Amino acid sequence: MSGIPHDHYEPKTRGEKWLHSRLPIVGLLYDTLMIPTPKNLNWMWIWGIVLAFCLVLQIVTGVVLAMHYTPQIDLAFASVEHIMRNVNGGQFIRYLHMNGASLFFFAVYLHIFRGLYYGSYKAPREITWIVGMLIYLMMMGTAFMGYVLPWGQMSFWGATVITGLFGAIPFIGESIQTWLLGGPAVDNATLNRFFSLHYLLPFVIAALVAVHIWAFHTTGNNNPTGVEVRRDSKAEAEKDTVPFWPYFVIKDLFALAVILIVFFAIVGFMPNYLGHPDNYIEANPLVTPANIVPEWYFLPFYAILRAFTSDVWVVMFASWITGGIIDAKFFGVLAMFGAIAVLALVPWLDTSRVRSGKYRPMFKWWFWLLAIDFVVLTWAGAQPAEPPYSTISLIGSAYWFAYFLIILPILGVIEKPLAQPDTIEADFNAHYPKAETPAE
Amino acid sequence: MFKKLGIIAVSALTLSAGIALGAPGGGKVKDVDFSFEGPFGTFDQNQLQRGLKVYTEVCAACHGLKYVPLRTLADEGGPQFTEDEVRAYAAEMYEVFDAELDDFRPAKPSDNFPGSNLAGAPDLSVMAKARAGFYGPYGTGMAQLFKGMGGAEYISAILTGYTGKEKEEAGAVIYENVAFTGGWIAMAPPLSDGQVDFDDGSDNSVKYMAEDVSAFLMWTAEPKLMARKKAGLTAVIILTLLSVLLYLTNKRIWAPIKGKKTS
Repeated sequence: MSGIPHDHYEPKTRGEKWLHSRLPIVGLLYDTLMIPTPKNLNWMWIWGIVLAFCLVLQIVTGVVLAMHYTPQIDLAFASVEHIMRNVNGGQFIRYLHMNGASLFFFAVYLHIFRGLYYGSYKAPREITWIVGMLIYLMMMGTAFMGYVLPWGQMSFWGATVITGLFGAIPFIGESIQTWLLGGPAVDNATLNRFFSLHYLLPFVIAALVAVHIWAFHTTGNNNPTGVEVRRDSKAEAEKDTVPFWPYFVIKDLFALAVILIVFFAIVGFMPNYLGHPDNYIEANPLVTPANIVPEWYFLPFYAILRAFTSDVWVVMFASWITGGIIDAKFFGVLAMFGAIAVLALVPWLDTSRVRSGKYRPMFKWWFWLLAIDFVVLTWAGAQPAEPPYSTISLIGSAYWFAYFLIILPILGVIEKPLAQPDTIEADFNAHYPKAETPAE
Repeated sequence: MFKKLGIIAVSALTLSAGIALGAPGGGKVKDVDFSFEGPFGTFDQNQLQRGLKVYTEVCAACHGLKYVPLRTLADEGGPQFTEDEVRAYAAEMYEVFDAELDDFRPAKPSDNFPGSNLAGAPDLSVMAKARAGFYGPYGTGMAQLFKGMGGAEYISAILTGYTGKEKEEAGAVIYENVAFTGGWIAMAPPLSDGQVDFDDGSDNSVKYMAEDVSAFLMWTAEPKLMARKKAGLTAVIILTLLSVLLYLTNKRIWAPIKGKKTS
């Protein structure tokens, strides 16, 4: 393995040697756990553990729920009530699963924005970033399909609206939509395939998580300074790093425990706060809810989807130049997927050589504006699609694209970065003047 | 970095959550100080029993509770009737269709409450969770953090929201109700003062009957509410303890790295 030089596992006993020469699994675990980690990581580096916890929580609770759930349109809603009333601990497991999705996205957004601020996406960590984006996409697919399963009003109409997006693709859209739904409309076939995929995708995510970890264990973690760990020798590397176990495992577990206090308070005391009351009404294809809104974690992209109405000049221009093939609806779909695409491509859009936002005086402002923009879009996504909300969504969407496509490429050229510390050790010792390089 | 992003994230979450509830211009819903609200709230067993009586004598004429098993009336954290009382209540009040007998028979505790009798009357099993009473302030939904979702308040507001005005529309009489979206509801005013006699001599004016039956419907929607809050509280206490221990452990193992003394 390349990467930061460190001690490797040495099998000592005969038994260990026997196993090691056949399957070096202990060595793999040892290397994974003992990876040299920059010792100046701050509290924004804890979300990875929270996310790993979420994945395990969702799979464990989900497997139990699947034992009692019935993916059939006449029985699904009743089977959820069965879980809530008759299954031992069923209501708590379901509320954990429901709110677990929210914790998952809450953590992933902070994880992503941490990466954006500290330039964690920059070379040589592009693969880590791209795999992370794939995980995020899979999470969105999984969460969306999971929300359909209780077969409430929002399940049904959310599924109708979102699969309808594919119907907006010119020429082939309707065929794709029919193929996705397994019929002309959201029905039993849709519920069945969503259930199947909702069970499958988390395991795909788990595999991608392994690749994600593999990738950043190869490059080493980024850190708040963005300065790389010295890796000419083990002795030098040890000045910049401490092993993941026990230092960061304990730190991360502490952070996780604090976050779980809040999480369990929500699950225990107000489990439906993040949900929509309409989803306690059984799905009814004949009654459309007054305001169809997705779960909160989709709202920013939902706002972008709805921002581009037919009276926006870009839309009119696109429609004119393509002879009407790109209409407002399709433009909205392109914008929504484009918003995620520019996020995924940020390693190649950011031209700055300085990794961490800490040393980029201009970048900082634009970054925080992006964070606020994200919140505004979240809010706007829940509002009815009418002025002034549509205008706010449009401005928010425009900034989202401008940040990635215009501001980041230009900033890298015109910005004069601040001086960075020479080493991680120097940064760390500036915080803790009494710290000395540990003697062996 | 952490603080700023944390604040932004938390405010986004609380804001968006409330807003995500959608804010269709609901009517006026007044906050009621129900006993089951808040982290330590519990159902008032007597109130649930009164609520069942209101439900049985009034609501059940049209509405149903098809997801609620009758036996749960004896469960802990509910109205907690004795099993004999439940058996008697089920047999006396409801008839269910038995596919094996191919005929109707008196209900047993193992049966569910029957569904709605009237096509337009929605099932009430989870009604208290299917409506939110509060969306404010300014559509942010944050009121729910302090007042609860307001489903029970919504039901109580509907039952007490009639103005007495009625009109005919499309051949049916509809009634003005300040709590209902749009202001006019198809349901005739179901309650009148003194309509239901309570065994314990409790106030049976419309306001109190409405609150009692709303509390009962909160229980049918969330029968494990008390167990859930208890489990939540236990989890919070244990995790707090765990956090303290992990904090101290973390401080200790990092001390030599940071050049601090370990005590």
